[in-house]
Amino acid sequence: MAETLNMTVNMGPQHPATHGVLRVLLELDGEIIVKATPCIGYLHRGVEKLAETMTYNQALTLTDRLDYTNGLSNNLSYCLAVEKLLDLKIPKRAQYLRVMLAELQRISAHLLWLATHALDIGAMTVFFYAFRERETILGILEQTTGARLTPSFIRVGGLAADIPDTFTASVKTFVDDFPARVDEYETLLTDNIIWKKRTQNIALLSREDALNYGITGPVLRASGVKYDVRKAYPYSSYDDFEFEIPLGRNGDIYDRYVVRLKEMRQSNRIVKQTLEKLPEGPVRAHALTVVSPDKADVQKDIAALIRHFKIMAEGFKTPCGEVYSSVEAPKGELGFYIVSDGTNKPFRMRIRPPSFINLGILPKMAEGLMIADVVAAIGSLDIVLGEIDR
Amino acid sequence: MSMVRNPVEALQESFGDAIRKVEEFRGEISVTVDKSKIREVMFFLRDNGNFLYDMLIDLCGVDYCGDAQRFEIVYLLRSSRFGNRITIKARLQENEDVDTVMDIWMAADWLEREVYDVLGIKFNNHSDLRRILLPDEFVGHPLRKDFPVQGYDFEKPFSVQLEEESNG
Repeated sequence: MAETLNMTVNMGPQHPATHGVLRVLLELDGEIIVKATPCIGYLHRGVEKLAETMTYNQALTLTDRLDYTNGLSNNLSYCLAVEKLLDLKIPKRAQYLRVMLAELQRISAHLLWLATHALDIGAMTVFFYAFRERETILGILEQTTGARLTPSFIRVGGLAADIPDTFTASVKTFVDDFPARVDEYETLLTDNIIWKKRTQNIALLSREDALNYGITGPVLRASGVKYDVRKAYPYSSYDDFEFEIPLGRNGDIYDRYVVRLKEMRQSNRIVKQTLEKLPEGPVRAHALTVVSPDKADVQKDIAALIRHFKIMAEGFKTPCGEVYSSVEAPKGELGFYIVSDGTNKPFRMRIRPPSFINLGILPKMAEGLMIADVVAAIGSLDIVLGEIDR
Repeated sequence: MSMVRNPVEALQESFGDAIRKVEEFRGEISVTVDKSKIREVMFFLRDNGNFLYDMLIDLCGVDYCGDAQRFEIVYLLRSSRFGNRITIKARLQENEDVDTVMDIWMAADWLEREVYDVLGIKFNNHSDLRRILLPDEFVGHPLRKDFPVQGYDFEKPFSVQLEEESNG
């Protein structure tokens, strides 16, 4: 028998199926992967270092740019960590609105995942369907926060502003409409024989491996582990709402797809409940040294004006200590570990990036797969390089 | 839920003086252990039937520049069975190494590489300890407090940087 040599192929960093600037070195025996080595860092901006030079309010803007499909959850996770440090209680209305915005954002992030993942595997139609609804959500978010991708809307102490008058009506229209839209995606994929052949029993991830590699989010739940930060450590009044945690059984690409589709339905359910239960009241905590006053007060009250300037220019000081706080982002557990030395800037701001840790499984997952399946496997992990590289 | 024992008490009982400090802040417990005992402590927390911390949620480093024990490594563990979290910390001096925990939780593989990359802390017996976020030829460790935010070559014009690069 003739001796064969393995071939090394460079996938990325500029490759449409790697969802950003991810480079994977593939060592191939024919079409089978022998070894896959991800090379990351092309988008590294030093967010954790930059945060040390910024006041707590300024550092918020850095979080928008981590997972740029998911700005509001990133804001929320950061604000919860700083609020925990300050021991600040947030008004109920703000908590409910935070939940509503985060869940809308989750739907939009999952839609982006569905669109690109299906496109990677060759189902192009889904892309247009998913982007139609994503556009509606981004429209609603833009109306509210003023930005499509970088909202910085959830602030320490509450929200930047209350919702506009048209908000509830447009969210309600969307929420009533959305379950039928998910049905549409399902008719395109769930029982599609090509889709099943490309996804079932491919890139399997066992429960033990998932835990050992610290995987979180839909990828972990597709392997049958019931861990969702919203249920395990409820934050921002998540325990006021009814929802289920969808689980998979086999831990293959298909299960990850099913879990995410079910999650969209659950998110829709949560948004619906927040609309029904939304209480009246302020959207910012009463904390004079931390939360800047309303614009109307700034214009007529000298004390409010001074406070506004002080908070904008100097920021606020936090007590010494270390806190970790996390939320269930669409990708998994997004945590902030903040060390405070009592000044107005974080001494250390560590981000626990779910995409980074989930990508760590790729070398193991890709072993023995075909090249085309690696594309599907990367898609099923749902990574965003802005968060991995920070 | 059968949380029979408090992990802090169990750790103090089993490791005595190696448990340096126990802190509680905003409802979170963190235990500082002697860095030479870190692997024993981690094996204990993962395998003891009362705790079963089977997930390494996060691992990061903090630079307390100026302290005798300059660096702190922070391990955040979670038990998927009991749903508890605990923070374990270890302090080290500059130029000191710490043992890897990647054979206890594979999640530590990339996380330790990142700590090595940004803080320059070496992990003994790590199978593949090289930079992960920054390029291999990068000089310095940016999350150290004595590393300037702009970097070392900020003042140099780009043309000079290119020239230096092409000259090797």
